[in-house]
This record gives sequence, structure tokens and C-alpha cells, in this order.
Amino acid sequence: REIDVLWTLKSGASTESSAAEPFVCSKFIVAIGHNAAAFLSSFILDSVCWEVVGVVKLWNEWCRTSNTTKVLPTDSFCLFYRLISDPTVLLCQCSCYVAEDQQFQWLEKVFGCMQKEGLQVTILSTCPVADYKTQESTLTLPSPFLKALKTKEFKEQVCCPLLEQPNIVRDLPAAVLSYCQVWQIPAVLYQCYTDVIKLDTVTIEAFKPLLSSKILKSLVKDVSESTKILKKLLTTNETHNNIYI
Amino acid sequence: LLQPAVSVGNVGQLATDLVISTLNMTKVGYFYTDCLVPMVGNNPYATAEENSMELSINAEVYSSPSKKLVVLQIRSPFIKNKYRPFCQTLFSWVKSSKCARVVLLSSSHAYQRDDEQLLGTPLRYLLTPDLEKAVGGLMQELNWKEMEKVAAYPGINDTEKVLHIPGGGITKLLFTESCSKGIQMAVLLKFCSEGDNIPDAFALVNYLNEWLQLIKSKVNTSSQWKIPSSWRLLFGNGLPPALF
Repeated sequence: REIDVLWTLKSGASTESSAAEPFVCSKFIVAIGHNAAAFLSSFILDSVCWEVVGVVKLWNEWCRTSNTTKVLPTDSFCLFYRLISDPTVLLCQCSCYVAEDQQFQWLEKVFGCMQKEGLQVTILSTCPVADYKTQESTLTLPSPFLKALKTKEFKEQVCCPLLEQPNIVRDLPAAVLSYCQVWQIPAVLYQCYTDVIKLDTVTIEAFKPLLSSKILKSLVKDVSESTKILKKLLTTNETHNNIYI
Repeated sequence: LLQPAVSVGNVGQLATDLVISTLNMTKVGYFYTDCLVPMVGNNPYATAEENSMELSINAEVYSSPSKKLVVLQIRSPFIKNKYRPFCQTLFSWVKSSKCARVVLLSSSHAYQRDDEQLLGTPLRYLLTPDLEKAVGGLMQELNWKEMEKVAAYPGINDTEKVLHIPGGGITKLLFTESCSKGIQMAVLLKFCSEGDNIPDAFALVNYLNEWLQLIKSKVNTSSQWKIPSSWRLLFGNGLPPALF
């Protein structure tokens, strides 16, 4: 099952990923899943400083990506944004599920377009707390909580404890981190273990410690903006939940 | 080259974990492939805080120069339709790295055994013709049992026999390809079922040790093998106290 990555890097003209020359990227931030994507929407992204530069089109048994770039936080989409003031900063929100036979393709088509020297990758993702293996029962754990995994080359401070054995990470976050480990790209994955499956503000706020990290510090937007967006998320969610009233 | 087949009860993989952990093998590389489901985690063989932070991926290569042993550990299942590409990649690596012999650790469904197989040892071996010449005699001395062939058309025609390894994953594919490519391969497998496969892993690794003598062993003492730290919590977390 093919996936297509369409880049619009030069003034609106769409180019297939294979035709484009590798562009220089210093920071690549990937948010996988609705909550991680919403975190970036609330605290980092806005329409003034960031422009859409790419979109992934795919479908599988779980989802089909939407065709527009004006997406709701609850939609399935995969978009790439670039910071206008520093075009080497790339951000990706991937709230669609990328199936196991598509994950390698995603990696090749996305990383294939980037120059890998000087690149640093940050991955945000969520996962059910029931998957977390620990000596105590997961019921007593204060969730949501963050755990991190980093590649050998990543030398900076990590904002939360590392993920202990025997826990593992799967799917696209694992695929991206494996790629970075093998190709010696410094990368860090922040996994948020949460007990809420849908879009949820508590889960989103669990990513807040990352705002003080070296990578994201310079990109954080105005705090009042963030609270407004978070509130908006809450209301969009609620309308869906009132279906039986 | 020692490697597991992803098979029933993951016995091959568990046994490989024991080998890597006991011999304290160093990681020397990655087998980066699109044929296996991705996964990452921290060092599964960590013994202390210092070495627990190294990232591990789904297929890695370890080596022990003193024992002239290279181990490929596979940690996740195959992606649909990727068995053959994986086998081809593996063989081209075996050829290019001039590997002398390949030992495959595997398992097969216990419920598929016939009456004779239910009695006696659940361990079996297979050798490709090229390896048979070299070590066939040794297997006889060790009193090992070769994997029996089964009728191709049971009940209809009992004369035509084929190799059948149910639950073995890519075992049969790797073995038949090795035979035709002239690669020296040995398959060591155990009949087992899903469940707590740790005892099966010990049985398989002790069987391997009878031949390769990787560690000095007294007869059947499983305590010689070091269990990796990642084997904790194989059967879930602690229970919530409120349950009682």
C-alpha cells in the first residue's frame, strides 16, 4: 500500500518527493497521534510563523488522511510545517495511523528528502498506560506521565525519566527512532502514557515539560494563545460527546 | 552465525537472549530491514544503571570473538509478504561476511506431533547436506534425533515424504534455501506450545550447548545461563492492592 508524500517547498508548486533536492534540516519535530499533534497546535504552531510545506496521503484499515490542510484536531492527517524565520526547522503532525507495512515507506520518503548532517529529531507520542510494565499495578500510577528514549548520539538533557526495561515502543515512533539510531542521528522520543484514548487536555498538558527543552524553547508561542486553543479543543470534543442527549 | 526463527513460543529468540546475556556479548551492529515490525527499547541485557541506557532495535548483531560466534537477535514479527525478501537479505549477508556455518534456533507446535514423537525427547535437529558431511557423525555420538519427515498426502499416499515444521515461521524456508544454496546450516528445534516458554528456552540452549560447548556445563543445570534483565514482568504487572 503506497503512501505519497507531497512537498510544496518552492512558492506553491507541488513537487513529488523524489524530484526535490535534499533540503537542509536542523530540527525535525514529529508529533504522532492526536494528543501529541494537539500539543504542538496549542503551544507551538500558528498560521503566522509557520507554513505548510508537505502532506502525506495514505489509507489503511484504520484511517484515510483528509485532503485539506485545514484540519480539525480530531481528523486523521499528516502535515509538515516549516518555520518561516528559519526554514531548517521542520515540524510534522501525524495523527493518522501508519500501518506496519507503510512505516518503512514513510521513513524513506520523509527522511529521504532531508540532509542528515546536523539534524536533530524530537518525537512526541502517546500510548495507553495499560501497556506500561511495572512492578506495581498501573492503577496506582499517577498518569499521564512522560518517559523518554534517546539514540546514542543524543547528548542533551532529557526532560523526564528514561523508559525502563522491559518496556518497548512500537509503530511509527519506534520506526523513526530506529532509523535515527541506525543512521546515527541524535534523536529523542517522549512517550506519554495516558489512560484517555481520545483527545484530552490533561494528556496534552503532560507534554508541557518539553517546552523548557533546548529544542522547543525558542519555538513556544504566547501562553494566552495556548490556553485559548486548549479551551477550543475541549469544546470541539464535547459536541461529539453530546450525541446522545 | 547463531540466530533464532520467530516461531512458536518465541523459544528460539528466548534461547538466543540467554546466549547473548550469559556470554556477555557486545553489540556490533544493526540488521536494518523493512521486513520486521519496528520496535525500540532500552538495553535488554542491562546489568547496571550505566549500561541500561543504550537503545536497542528490532534486529541486532552481537559478537564474541573468543568463541568465533556472531549472533543475530530478532525481536519482532515479520511484516506480511516479507519472509522471502528477508531470507534473501540474510543469505546475501551470510555470503558476503563469509560466515562458515549458520545455526538456527527454532520451535514447532507440540500438538502436531504424531504418536512416536510424543515419546522421548522433544528436541530435534536438521542439517543441510554440506554440514551433514562435517558434523553428521557428531550428532550420532550425541544421540540426537533428526526431525522426521511427514507424508505429503497423509492417508492417501504415505510414500512421498516432506519436511513439515508447523509453527516454525521461516525455519523451513531458510533450511530448504540453504540446502539448495550449499550453505552449511543446522536447525535446532524443540516441540512446544505457547505459554511460559522459559523452560523451553533453557532446554533448547542446553541442547545447543551439547554441540557447541559455549559454556562449561554439568549435566542439565539450567542455572549456568544468565537470565537477561528484560525478562522481568513477562506475565504482566503487579496486582492492584484494591483487588483484595
